[in-house]
Amino acid sequence: MNKIRELFQELVIDYVESDMITLTVDKLNLRKVLKTLKETKDLQFNQLIDLCAVDLIEYGQSEWETKETTSKGYNRGINPQSHSRIDFVTEDVNEEYKLCVVYHLLSIKYNVRIRVKCNLSNESLIVPSVTDIFASADWYEREAYDLFGVLFEGHQDLRRILTDYGFIGHPFRKKFPLIGNTQVTYDPEQKKVVNVPVDISPRTLVPKVIRKRK
Amino acid sequence: MSDYKNFTMNFGPQHPAAHGVLRLILEMDGEVIRSADPHIGLLHRATEKLAESKPYNQNIGYMDRLDYVSMMCNEHAYVLAIEKLLKLEVPVRAQYIRVMFDEITRILNHLLWLGAHALDIGAMSVFLYAFREREDLMDCYEAVSGTRMHATYYRPGGVAKDLPNVMPKFMLNKNQNLKQIETLNYNREGTLLDFIDSFVDRFPKNVDEYENLLTENRIWKQRTVGIGVVSPERAIDLGFSGPMLRGSGVSWDLRKKEPYEVYKNLKFDIPIGTEGDSYDRYLVRIQEMRESAKIIQQCCEWLKKDDGQHISSNSKIAPPDRDDMKDNMESLIHHFKLFSEGYCVPEGEVYAAVEAPKGEFGIYMISDGANKPYRLKIRAPGFPHLAALNEMSKGHMLSDVVAIIGTQDIVFGEIDR
Repeated sequence: MNKIRELFQELVIDYVESDMITLTVDKLNLRKVLKTLKETKDLQFNQLIDLCAVDLIEYGQSEWETKETTSKGYNRGINPQSHSRIDFVTEDVNEEYKLCVVYHLLSIKYNVRIRVKCNLSNESLIVPSVTDIFASADWYEREAYDLFGVLFEGHQDLRRILTDYGFIGHPFRKKFPLIGNTQVTYDPEQKKVVNVPVDISPRTLVPKVIRKRK
Repeated sequence: MSDYKNFTMNFGPQHPAAHGVLRLILEMDGEVIRSADPHIGLLHRATEKLAESKPYNQNIGYMDRLDYVSMMCNEHAYVLAIEKLLKLEVPVRAQYIRVMFDEITRILNHLLWLGAHALDIGAMSVFLYAFREREDLMDCYEAVSGTRMHATYYRPGGVAKDLPNVMPKFMLNKNQNLKQIETLNYNREGTLLDFIDSFVDRFPKNVDEYENLLTENRIWKQRTVGIGVVSPERAIDLGFSGPMLRGSGVSWDLRKKEPYEVYKNLKFDIPIGTEGDSYDRYLVRIQEMRESAKIIQQCCEWLKKDDGQHISSNSKIAPPDRDDMKDNMESLIHHFKLFSEGYCVPEGEVYAAVEAPKGEFGIYMISDGANKPYRLKIRAPGFPHLAALNEMSKGHMLSDVVAIIGTQDIVFGEIDR
């Protein structure tokens, strides 16, 4: 830990040691930090185990809030934030982003793991690609682009990977409804299968509750 | 004919050798592969997003359906992640049960892989032998959980139920006579542990049978030796894990390197390959089955002597005893809270990984203190393996692509998630 702190000093915004050493890096220094972690002789983090994006927009918000008490009991309306519909026409204009890209590295030689996080905000969702540093980053970056809409600058082949051909939207963002926006049905007049808006309404089965431990 | 160049061929998604729903766009020069572009996602169910809308315990069942041939190992990684966040202690008996079922799962997975891989290459009979043994292991799954595949057996804090004292038997029916039934039931008279013991006793001989059919088989060697060679450095760079990494000669196994549960008390070896080709990976997996049998034997021996708890007694996390619930108010409240709302997990993030049969199966979980995971990322071992298909198959013949898909042990449940 101290060695890593010495090595990077100002380059890393935040050091945390939870289940593994976690570094938070600005995206300008991301490539430099990852490259140093891989190439420094007594670290050798040479395997990128995992790369994923996280949508932090609803972090810490619960769906079950007690607003008032009346003679009939508590007001416990479920507020279905993550299940609301989005309208793709207006989506990109006003939507606020709070995404984070997380890299998990493993040093096979020294049997140590490290986590590197890079926060993204409203200005741009572009991160430098690390495919030339770690070969395994290729598909992981495509996945993060597909599901969260994070763009990786310098990736040679940034196509969608898990969703259908011609899919619209980034389904793992918290604002994207769990049941999706469209469903397929057969149209007897056009005599073909067509996409129509979903006709069932989203619902919450078990509300999200946050309880702090004593 | 001089301007006749490479042509593009579509492979799958409904091809018997595609192991599920793999679609490959192959660029071919005659019968030689110039590039392969896997199109995945045909089995994408958004497990990670579904998990964000459900309380922790309700997601265990989704884990079975990821890699649907190594069910309990997936559950294991998930419950380990929750336990790490909760800082929950697991009783030693539960740890032994989990390790035993992890290894049973490993044999289940490797048997299916062996059968399917051999079938793809043209050896039909291995499949039948492999499925004979799988049947017994599935019965073990059924005895503890009630289902043969999607067990949902592990729980944060232990396992759902203790091992049963009787092994279910075959019953008399119109298709089989009494003598046949008695033959089928010969090792089912005792407990589940006796049954597993008798399986482990005969299993090494069964592995010899498979090896008899394949290891020195000329056709088998022609189809696997020198196919899909990956150097150790490249294997690490491509994110390989499990037998794919060990086949290339890198001695890396989470059971030894980051021992979870009781693996540090057990004696077993880690086989590694030398050449990094399909044949070496075959040998590694065969040897792993033998090692797994040894581990199961040690667990059986330990479990027979012990009668501890199978799940943590922390009733904020694990449900209270059913009898207790009927006449104890506290237990009733705990039960109601657990099954209606679930439990809240402290804020934080965690990465927990197990050595699944296919490689490192990891769960990266972020909790914001709620009763549902805020973000769940599943690190599936097959994902980076399939990503390397292009590199591994370049320059090989069309029929070798099938052998390479086979050697990678691809299952789409975990790749598409």
